[in-house]
Amino acid sequence: MNPINSIAEIRSLFPVLNEQVNGKQLVYLDNAATTQKPISVIDALQSYYLHDNANIHRSAHTLASRATEQFESTRELLQTFINAKESAECIFTKGVTESINLVAASYGKLVLKAGDEVLLTEMEHHSNLVPWQRICAETGAVLKFIPIQTDGSIDLEAALAIINPKVKIVSVVWVSNALGTINPIATIIEAAHAIGAKVMIDAAQAASHFKIDVQALDCDFMAISSHKLYGPTGLGVLYGKRELLEAMPPYQSGGEMIKEVFLTHSTYNELPYKFEAGTPNIAAVIAFKMALQFVTDIGHETIAVHEKSLYDAFLLGIQQSSFNKIKLIGTNPHKIAVQSFEVVGMHHFDVGMLLDASGIAVRTGHHCTQPLMRKFGIEGTVRASFAIYNTAQEIDYFLAALQKICDRIK
Amino acid sequence: MKTINDIQDEIIADFSLFEDDMESKLFYLMDIGKKLAPMDPAHQSPEFIIKGCMSKVWVYPIFNEGSLQFEADSNTEITKGLVALLVKIWNNRTPAEILQTDLYFITQIGMGSMIGSQRSNGFAGMIQQMKIYANAFQNHN
Repeated sequence: MNPINSIAEIRSLFPVLNEQVNGKQLVYLDNAATTQKPISVIDALQSYYLHDNANIHRSAHTLASRATEQFESTRELLQTFINAKESAECIFTKGVTESINLVAASYGKLVLKAGDEVLLTEMEHHSNLVPWQRICAETGAVLKFIPIQTDGSIDLEAALAIINPKVKIVSVVWVSNALGTINPIATIIEAAHAIGAKVMIDAAQAASHFKIDVQALDCDFMAISSHKLYGPTGLGVLYGKRELLEAMPPYQSGGEMIKEVFLTHSTYNELPYKFEAGTPNIAAVIAFKMALQFVTDIGHETIAVHEKSLYDAFLLGIQQSSFNKIKLIGTNPHKIAVQSFEVVGMHHFDVGMLLDASGIAVRTGHHCTQPLMRKFGIEGTVRASFAIYNTAQEIDYFLAALQKICDRIK
Repeated sequence: MKTINDIQDEIIADFSLFEDDMESKLFYLMDIGKKLAPMDPAHQSPEFIIKGCMSKVWVYPIFNEGSLQFEADSNTEITKGLVALLVKIWNNRTPAEILQTDLYFITQIGMGSMIGSQRSNGFAGMIQQMKIYANAFQNHN
């Protein structure tokens, strides 16, 4: 594939960006909820159903073989993308939520006993909180939380103090979906390993913004989302170290995950199939390869530089005195191109609707992080999140629309 | 006194001034909400919250000499504008008048595209609850 040279060229790969919303050109700033999909991903989804639709790993016919080859080639590229030791350590799931549920239910149940501790942060998405609440209730383990500071960063000193030999599992979000903060996971992983705990990383918001190297990080598990990484919805990845995955009992049972089935018992398949019960979302997996290719072709460094320039332009604009009604939530500078804020004097739902009237898509609400919102003493925020296809002109237009809203508040 | 349909026609005429300017329509809706008479804070209790709304909306009915009055409020301005439209149309009407109303202004002002499907459901919830109150007072008599 030819190198992609300009943002205009990148935009041309995303047909949806030409949509008109309420008579205005769409300005899509809700990328942390889901990114748009490049045409290569959309074509791959269609092509699978047009030409290759067959179930994988089973039949001897040509279509089944074509589908299986494509399906497994995504796994191969994924291995390179996150630098896993082997592709069998990459398990396809429904999404990050299922990846975390899988680890909590399978690994959690395997190792947790009454009195053990599971350590999370106060900024977790409900997906990395509720599964651990449930397994702790079931096993008698106790949930502990790394506190966060007023700027939206975790208190690393407190984190290191709270990591003690009773902690068996640490599950931490790499990048906060609500605040954009990048957490110091390498330090946490090292400290957790020093006392023998295993570490799960929720990389839902990380993978589209910077390069992942699971071996360098030495994390034990990592959850990745396809749809936040320019790929289709309904698909995620669980990375796990082989020795852990092999020791873990299956999560769901049925087709594909078995080796031999007798009426009274069964033996289980090898990795990764042991954890891929049932017919997977084949089209999504095949198309996800195009998303990984898209990000690889542009390069994480180019993405990071462009997104930072957008974020800096937004921050510079919003700090002007005319925006004195905007209160930023999450001000730690070590973050991705995501900003939550309140418009003082107007509910975030109203702000979201007024922006939508101008064609601007942002997220409003609690961002599935209710404990975090409570910590800040708010119900929710407006969240703008930028991606590689956003432009400086869109930031200007967004700022102008916000200015108009602020001007209305007496 | 203006009829229910007089008021609906006025609302339609007002919104038509904005043509396709969605932002101005929303600002206008917010202004209508601002003009709503204040609600007695004692009436803003959980039992008077409309179910199914993303925002918090309270509607408190008062039955007086055969007709209904409504106190209403919301924690968001656009939703407050929505409930204010209904109060404007239905205040001081008999339960029978309320129950027989064809709220044709909703489609005529393009409410669906203005507030989206989620808020449309919430708006339908407000209408349903106000009709439930009307029905209850009608049966009570």
